[in-house]
Amino acid sequence: MIKHLTRLIAGACVLALFAGCAERKTIDYSAYKQARPKSILILPPLNESPDVKATYSMLSQVTYPLAEAGYYVMPVALVDETFRQNGMTTPADIHQLPPAKLQEIFGADAGLYVTVSDYGTRYMVISSATIVTANAKLVDLKTGTTLWTGSATASSEEGRQNQGGLIGMLVTAAINQIISSVQDDAGYPIAGMTSARLLSPYPNGGILYGPRSPKYGTD
Amino acid sequence: MTLSSSAWRTGAGLLLAGALLAGCSSHKTLYQWESYQPQVYGYLKGDSKEEQVAALERDLEKIKAKNGAVPPGYHAQLGLLYSGLGKDDQMIQQFRTEKALFPESAAYMDFLMSNASKGAKQ
Repeated sequence: MIKHLTRLIAGACVLALFAGCAERKTIDYSAYKQARPKSILILPPLNESPDVKATYSMLSQVTYPLAEAGYYVMPVALVDETFRQNGMTTPADIHQLPPAKLQEIFGADAGLYVTVSDYGTRYMVISSATIVTANAKLVDLKTGTTLWTGSATASSEEGRQNQGGLIGMLVTAAINQIISSVQDDAGYPIAGMTSARLLSPYPNGGILYGPRSPKYGTD
Repeated sequence: MTLSSSAWRTGAGLLLAGALLAGCSSHKTLYQWESYQPQVYGYLKGDSKEEQVAALERDLEKIKAKNGAVPPGYHAQLGLLYSGLGKDDQMIQQFRTEKALFPESAAYMDFLMSNASKGAKQ
């Protein structure tokens, strides 16, 4: 029994290591595959954390993983401006809009509804950690059908313990040009990691590759 | 001065991770991002539009020089900035470029350009 369990755990570790390569599915992607979204409209994220920076910090960093996965991502700041000019200023109101209306205005195939549940620094006795946690739902804007859901978290302490280095490296490209105005926000680079972890394709749980990726249709 | 053992471990870990990744797939990105996302964050936070235009135009030259691909939304963001600076001709030009590079944006770009021309007639 114990031997069996050990083997199981070892197997799980190997699988986790090769998550980027492995081909193993139990999650139902049938609606997602049928919808074949080409373009994604990211709605301004809902913020459940006490830090008001969370919405825009996350909104500005979700384009990278989705575009690199092969989707066209509607320009996020311009979309935010369009909502504002139409009197929609809070993410809660925007998330309530009928999907068909969004489809009509933006012409996007799918909408991404993100909620940031944790954003900020926790101060502990001997150290502190900046943590960002978010979940997301991909919705077919023509039908309102949910195509995919996921959640992810990232912490400033991971790097120091040399864990999660794989995804960390993937996002380096996105965050290596930090301009001065974001240096005062410890959550910003962590939100970038959370975003990449949440919205990168991986088998059995991640989003699927989009039409602009050479890997489209292989998952 | 000697490197700490933790630094060595980090280095070794990165090498191992790199080797693993190389085994899976090449890691060339589809697009050349430069400072696009931090500039978008700057816009959303209300930073200076002039400085954002300068940074994005400068980065665009870098992308072109390397024959890189401009990310989705990049030209649209420039259009938004030009619009905010009252440079409507340049705004239209950027929206057209976005639409040409990414036909998926056509409906939205047309919507914005038709709004702009209605605004100009009033």
